[in-house]
Amino acid sequence: MSENKIHTENMFLYYSEKMALNNISITIPEKKVTAFIGPSGCGKSTFLRSLNRMNDLIDGVRIDGKVMIDGVNIYDKNIDVVNLRKKVGMVFQKSNPFAKSIYENVAYGPKINGVNDKSHLDEIVETALKNAAIWEEVKDRLGDSALGLSGGQQQRLCIARTLAVNPEIVLMDEPASALDPLSTAKIEELIVQLKEKYTIVIVTHNMQQAARISDNTAFFYLGELIEHDKTKKIFTNPEKKQTEDYITGRFG
Amino acid sequence: MTKKEKTGKKKKLSGLEKWQSERIDITQKRFRVGDYLAEKVIKGVAYLSIAIVFLIFVFVFRESLPIFNTSKPATETAVVGKQDSQETYGAVTDNTSTTQESYGSVADSSSKTNVQETYGEVTDQTASQEQNILAGDSASSKNSSSDTYTVSAGSGSDDNRTALKSMATKEWVPVSANPRYGLLALILGTIKITFISLLFAAPLSILAAIYVSVFANKRMKEIIKPTIELLAGFPSVVIGFFALMVLATFLQSVFHYETRLNSFVGGIAMGIAAIPIIFTITEDALTAVPKSFYEASLALGASKWQTAFFVILPAATPGIFAAILLGIGRVFGETMIALMATGNAAQMDLNPFASVRTLAATIGAEMAEVVFGDTHYNVLFLIGSLLFIFTFVINAVAEFYVKGKLMKRIQGK
Amino acid sequence: MINSFRKNFKGVAIEGITLFSALLIITIIIVMITVIFIGGKSQLSWEFLTSFPTEGMTKGGIFPAIYGTALLVIIMSIAAVPFGTITAIYLTEYAKESSFIAKTIRFAVRTLAVIPSIIYGLFGLGFFIKFVGTHVDSALYGGTLHWGQPNLLWASLTMALLTLPVVIVSVEEALKTVPQELRAASLALGATKWQTIRKVVLPESVSGIMTGTILAVSRGAGEVAPILFTGAAYYLATLPGLGDQFMVLGYHIYVLTTQSANVDQSLPIQFGTTCVLLMLTFVLNMSAVILRYRIRKKKNN
Ligand SMILES: Nc1ncnc2c1ncn2[C@@H]1O[C@H](COP(=O)(O)OP(=O)(O)OP(=O)(O)O)[C@@H](O)[C@H]1O
Ligand SMILES: [Mg+2]
Repeated sequence: MSENKIHTENMFLYYSEKMALNNISITIPEKKVTAFIGPSGCGKSTFLRSLNRMNDLIDGVRIDGKVMIDGVNIYDKNIDVVNLRKKVGMVFQKSNPFAKSIYENVAYGPKINGVNDKSHLDEIVETALKNAAIWEEVKDRLGDSALGLSGGQQQRLCIARTLAVNPEIVLMDEPASALDPLSTAKIEELIVQLKEKYTIVIVTHNMQQAARISDNTAFFYLGELIEHDKTKKIFTNPEKKQTEDYITGRFG
Repeated sequence: MTKKEKTGKKKKLSGLEKWQSERIDITQKRFRVGDYLAEKVIKGVAYLSIAIVFLIFVFVFRESLPIFNTSKPATETAVVGKQDSQETYGAVTDNTSTTQESYGSVADSSSKTNVQETYGEVTDQTASQEQNILAGDSASSKNSSSDTYTVSAGSGSDDNRTALKSMATKEWVPVSANPRYGLLALILGTIKITFISLLFAAPLSILAAIYVSVFANKRMKEIIKPTIELLAGFPSVVIGFFALMVLATFLQSVFHYETRLNSFVGGIAMGIAAIPIIFTITEDALTAVPKSFYEASLALGASKWQTAFFVILPAATPGIFAAILLGIGRVFGETMIALMATGNAAQMDLNPFASVRTLAATIGAEMAEVVFGDTHYNVLFLIGSLLFIFTFVINAVAEFYVKGKLMKRIQGK
Repeated sequence: MINSFRKNFKGVAIEGITLFSALLIITIIIVMITVIFIGGKSQLSWEFLTSFPTEGMTKGGIFPAIYGTALLVIIMSIAAVPFGTITAIYLTEYAKESSFIAKTIRFAVRTLAVIPSIIYGLFGLGFFIKFVGTHVDSALYGGTLHWGQPNLLWASLTMALLTLPVVIVSVEEALKTVPQELRAASLALGATKWQTIRKVVLPESVSGIMTGTILAVSRGAGEVAPILFTGAAYYLATLPGLGDQFMVLGYHIYVLTTQSANVDQSLPIQFGTTCVLLMLTFVLNMSAVILRYRIRKKKNN
């Protein structure tokens, strides 16, 4: 197990002129859950998006410094961004299933990757849905529209869809923020299971959630990485005053 | 990572295990033919829109070019100068009555009252002869009409010179032994019609737009707006038909003028066609004025109508200006209504109740009957080029000048 | 007191004038529809729609004109819809909103929308017939006249150019309603841009493409000026093929009212034809409005 799955060095990110990330250096270990916390607008999502280059879609984004995954700088000229995104999957804050059937949603990734054989697809879809802990709920209606699922189910479907592409890293941007407590609990449970196979980076506003599910926690503030350590350490004995203020709610 | 995987080529997956054990290589940029081609094709097609605008101008202008050739005979005219190349396209199937072509055309004011309704080509034999005689155009009587073609079709540089020269005159007599292509009457007619239709449509549409965006409640708005927008879908030939059959008679019975079809009727009909354009753009401009303007004015104690006229309207003037410009563009190039409802007589007369002939209608009426490559043909294309340039400029002004101003005004300097 | 009454009166008067203007426009529209419908109602029968004109077009039906109109709009759509859709895709998916090229294309599209339809007719004649047609003839038929003359194909292509901006604008609007998150989701799954467009964006905007097509068809069915000399015919005893001239509803109205020797006898036919054309464009526009309304509603949800 690599202690060094993701690694950034002196990384800066600008939206046009505005600096959104200021000198981020962080190392994220493999097959662990790493949580990003911090006040709104501090750059958590921005940083997450820069790990699979979703920022490329935004006009005027400029990045300085190194972002290494498995020792490869993903902003190198030669990088294949499409393959990078297969390797580094992403689950969004708002569940966003396609207006297709449940089956087609999950099969989408494998299909565009050239898997056409029906039995393979069935296998992949089933495994992904099981891994996302939603198989039992949808196995009888795989042909139904995904838009008919509840919010929590949709989000787990989106996770399944991401898993079906067989990524190594899964980025999650507040995946449970729009869900009820029960669905949230399911997703949290799921995340803990998933770290057996995947490296997981999750952004959350929920301090308890971070404490419950993550191995490591990084605290961002105003575009800077203030502190990054074992979750236990961050929540019981943080180095920095700002971190302590934030997690104890004495912030601002 | 094995060598095999590094090649980056698409492999057949043998099963789930392989799919799951596959490690993805990101270090080598893959060339994806489908994506590459798709992007190139899409880009190319999109650029074609620009090319089409160019092509339209180039090809319309190209066909008018021989007219400027005053030194040596144009090759094209030489080819079609033969008798047997007289193809008449489109309309006339009854070839025995070769009289046709007495193009509206009468500039002589003495004959004005007799030229009641001519639609480009007159099929009624007696009427056309009568007209020719009245016009004092003996050359285009029945027997000599084919000769006329030969004369004008075989036109060389001299004809072009005279044709060019004749453009600045008032007489539009394209088919005769001595063809004259005076554009002044046509231009005047077009301007007259445009003016009348704007006088009718602009106030009406702008006031209606004010009603909808300022005074109307939600329900009225939901009825009025779509209904007026529906008018935009009316084919102009339908509006022309209505003008010809109903409006002309109605207006004549109200205003008691002599010629049934005239610039007044045509202007009103074209105004009807322009209403949805002016209305929609004005309404958009009025709605684009920020709510804060409106609220601030009301808070200062101004009433609704004062706000409408002294705050919202001034803020939206550039948009309204654009609306009127595009309305002008619509009327200027309108063909079918002009063909059907204006009387089609090219005469220099400022009287709104006199028949007129517009530039667009002239093309519409005569192009189908003309000999390809003839001077007449070239002149019609030249008129087309003029129309193109005119609408292009109008659109450019509406787009750049007006939009820039509107933005400035609404967002503050 | 009096002053405020005056002020009030002025307000009422002004509101009244604007209301009057709106109502006047609506009245004109209603009168037009009513007159044409009443005039044409008696003609509307299955017979009228399915039979050929007889007795110098003063009797009989308008079948060839309906047939010609249908062919015209079909061929036109085949050309204009893919073309317009692709352009719209470029504008929304590939070009950067603020880029010079995107602005130029948008300007070109708006220019195409305001160029008078008669100019399209001239272009069709100058480009398709005289340039393309003549060259095809000299290349394939040794110069004998086949394609270098007005026909259904050239008229349809001319009409396709005219309706291109209609398609582009509608499809662009529809593409813009596809949520950005869906594109992001697809890309995050390792789909390429083209795969994303083909598998996610386009299926989501089918109704927009349909709206564009319907609007284009409605426009194409009603326009006459572009086909005056690129293919429309006065009367044909047989149904046309691609290389023939053809009858069409709008042109039929025009020739019956202004070119025919016996305008009065054919009056019922004129009204009937106008009524058919108006109803056709009406139904098409209505369905486009409804479709568009549904798209906008979806966007707001
Ligand atoms: N597309 C963009 N263009 C310009 N600025 C942006 C863009 N996206 C984010 N920003 C800015 O970058 C900064 C960081 O934003 P980001 O979304 O990463 O914050 P966040 O930590 O995820 O906040 P939240 O917890 O509210 O999601 C913010 O100041 C934001 O305004
Ligand atoms: Mg965020």
